Amino acid sequence: MAKEEQDKILNEVTESEYKYGFVTDIENDDIGKGLNEDIIRMISAKKKEPKFMLDFRLKAYRHWKTMKMPEWAYLDIPEIDYQDIIYYSTPKQKAKLESMDDVDPEIRATFDKLGIPLDEQKILANVAVDVVMDSSSVKTTFKEALAEKGIIFCSFSEAVQDHPDLIQEYMGTVVPIQDNFFAALNSAVFSDGSFVYIPKGVRCPMELSTYFRINAENTGQFERTLIVCEEESYVSYLEGCTAPMRDENQLHAAIVEIIVKDNAEVKYSTVQNWYPGDKNGKGGIYNFVTKRGICEGVNSKLMWAQVETGSAVTWKYPSTILKGDGSSSEFYSVAVTNNHQQADTGTKMIHIGNNTKSTIISKGISAGKSNNSYRGLVKVSKNCEGARNFSQCDSLLLGDKCGAHTFPYLEIGNQSAKVEHEATTSKIGEDQIFYCNQRGINTEDAIGLIVNGYAKEVINKMPMEFAVEAQKLLQISLEGSVG
Amino acid sequence: MADINTINKDFADLFNQGNELLLEGSSDVMNKTRKNAFQDFAKLGVPTRANENYKYTNLIPAFDHPYNVNLRYQQVDVDLNEIFQCDVPELDTNMVLLTNGWYYGNNKELTELPKGVIVCGVQEAAEKYPEIFNAHYGKYAKTDDDGLVALNTALAKDGFFIYVPKGVVIEKPIQVVNLLRSDRDLMATQRNLIVVEENAQAKIIVCDHTLTHHKYLTNSVTEVNVARNAIFDLYTLQNQHLNSVILNSTYIRQESNSNVLSNTISLYGGTIRNNHHVILDEEHCENNTFGMYLMDRDQHVDNFTSIDHAKPNCLSNEHFKGVMDDQASGAFAGRIFVRRDAQQTQAYQSNNNLLLSNDAVINTKPQLVIDADDVKCSHGATVGQMDEDALFYLRARGIDEKEARQMLMFAFAHEIIDKIRVEPLKERIDELVDKRLRGEISKCNTCAIACNH
Repeated sequence: MAKEEQDKILNEVTESEYKYGFVTDIENDDIGKGLNEDIIRMISAKKKEPKFMLDFRLKAYRHWKTMKMPEWAYLDIPEIDYQDIIYYSTPKQKAKLESMDDVDPEIRATFDKLGIPLDEQKILANVAVDVVMDSSSVKTTFKEALAEKGIIFCSFSEAVQDHPDLIQEYMGTVVPIQDNFFAALNSAVFSDGSFVYIPKGVRCPMELSTYFRINAENTGQFERTLIVCEEESYVSYLEGCTAPMRDENQLHAAIVEIIVKDNAEVKYSTVQNWYPGDKNGKGGIYNFVTKRGICEGVNSKLMWAQVETGSAVTWKYPSTILKGDGSSSEFYSVAVTNNHQQADTGTKMIHIGNNTKSTIISKGISAGKSNNSYRGLVKVSKNCEGARNFSQCDSLLLGDKCGAHTFPYLEIGNQSAKVEHEATTSKIGEDQIFYCNQRGINTEDAIGLIVNGYAKEVINKMPMEFAVEAQKLLQISLEGSVG
Repeated sequence: MADINTINKDFADLFNQGNELLLEGSSDVMNKTRKNAFQDFAKLGVPTRANENYKYTNLIPAFDHPYNVNLRYQQVDVDLNEIFQCDVPELDTNMVLLTNGWYYGNNKELTELPKGVIVCGVQEAAEKYPEIFNAHYGKYAKTDDDGLVALNTALAKDGFFIYVPKGVVIEKPIQVVNLLRSDRDLMATQRNLIVVEENAQAKIIVCDHTLTHHKYLTNSVTEVNVARNAIFDLYTLQNQHLNSVILNSTYIRQESNSNVLSNTISLYGGTIRNNHHVILDEEHCENNTFGMYLMDRDQHVDNFTSIDHAKPNCLSNEHFKGVMDDQASGAFAGRIFVRRDAQQTQAYQSNNNLLLSNDAVINTKPQLVIDADDVKCSHGATVGQMDEDALFYLRARGIDEKEARQMLMFAFAHEIIDKIRVEPLKERIDELVDKRLRGEISKCNTCAIACNH
């Protein structure tokens, strides 16, 4: 195959535009730019929060002021003016909504465009959806059906009102406010998010899902998700995100906390497709997320699956603390960067309990002028017997202007631990493409085939409808590019 | 416990007060580099754990000690050639001695070296061979990056200088023995320079020995330039007593078609930090970087390596293996850089560790930073214990457990030893490692380790 032809196909495909970049024209209620204690009091008051929430926010804010933005990541982030961000913005709407018909038609149109099964389809899809737009939760579907089983699935603000005891007990226990710069910022200003509580012995009958969307200009989105899984329960949780195309960068700093008790299991899947900026690297979302789960009980299980295709800058390390004996965690990730995107992402597995197991499979794909880094930590503490870890981090390079980097950290303090890490970096082989060409598959399809095969291991771990979307996203993001 | 500021200030005082002695006897080029280096050190200071590259090695306890510093060559009251004799059988080398970082004044003349080969002290080389010396000195070890290199360059007075002219092949390895012998606790600063010209071949063995029990800190920097088509081997054997600190930075630059093999074997030492930097600056280079560490008690070893593929079509192989026992702690950091347009690069890196006790710790970070797409790179790291199946296999054949473990450990370490291209040295190190793994202190005779424990 001629090189020019390959290049042409590469250009066509890698230059395809972001298809979620529309702005929804709805009125927003915001509180203006800037961050200080008054703003935090105002956010808290607007949300009619109990006092413990305000105290929590102020404590976090005071701590945040003493912190500096971390610089260790392999990212080039322009300085962020934290006073130039609107910390609270919510779609204006009337009283609480009872049925789907009450939802603002503009918002509904937005979600129709996104293809979220918010309507009747949701019954077919059997997915309960909580939608967070800018900062507020718009609508949680299927709430009643879940309540029958004792499952709580609602927006974080509602949970603060209705279940303050649970929030007080669990909030900030996995990601404390002092944890890192962005976690402290989120703890101070977070506006909404989702709360999930699965009672003892209940297997959540449907997949729970949240869609996040940043709509308004100049806003930052700071949501917080808290999932508590009691003994012997199970839940599969999905998270998706999009944002409109804008020239300036927007900030997204979220926290996810997951608590898994004895014999319980949580699956957490993410399809992250924030606006990545245009071809010249203008605009896009800064995605600084702290996700952490704790396998507190014996034989508990936590699985992370993520497909990361969006964001101008991604700084994200979903991690698991394996505290309960025999607990296990898996991390599956596909991170795609194109144009000027930068991603520094990976995971942390902290082995504390005996006979704990973790698996890390990370697949990075870089194209254009992007930089894609895997950064991970596997730590086996001194008194942790029989820990087992296997990590594999592969990188695929499409184009000669992009970078793929791997920064694994292995800290092992117990002789019974078995830890393996391996990584490879390569491009799609000309022989592989030639092989496909020979069999009548054109170059573009061949590359799609190879990339999909490469990412299959991860995509297979995702729930069905997510897997389909993830595969489509992969194709949009870079199918067909070869250097 | 002194904090880092006090330590840095002490060095500033030393530099300012000892300035006259520092300048004395050194060439203008050395003194000019010295001044700049000190300015860099004032900015950087001794690296602390806040520095990502020194995350796993705390240097404060190593530096927090009243060391003596010799800014002038101290006459040795005995004949070191008599006291020290390398006892490796059949290892026929051209041997030179260094004492406390200085080129020994009464070294025997090396009569068997081919014509044009220079082996002497750095101070002497700066005076006698300025055109060679000035072209290379301070060119590869950058002082604005690492505080230890800046400190070394600021305080550097002497070390060894080896020059191999164009086309010369040295059959017999050159052996450099760094002796530490003092009646007081001592900090030694040693600065070495090795220049291998086009089509030349040389093998250098560097051994460390402590002759007295005092606490030693050695901060040494070695710069190496390997020109086109040259073949160069560097073997470093670290075997000092528990009360010593070895900070050893090596900077190797390779030109096209050159082939370099380095093998760093750490058998014993209190705290060891090896910084190993390689830059493949022209096409078609081959680099092999190997290392092995066997640590017990509360020894600490940290191998930090960086292989920089600056140009296309180069090959690098990196392999480090370690066995950790008792409360020993170890760290490995490997970083492979593949710069933009360094296409057709092949880079492989691997680090394997055996942990023998629950108090031993190993931290490893094998890293890849890749900015070119047509490359084949891989890295891997493992930490584990001995293979139970292999153990069972041996036991089933009537080998007792202790011996079986011994055999497996030895086999584990032998993979690295096998890479040595000097046969007698290979046998010798095999023997030292075998003894070491049996719990006997492996030592060359006349070594202070013998009487220390």
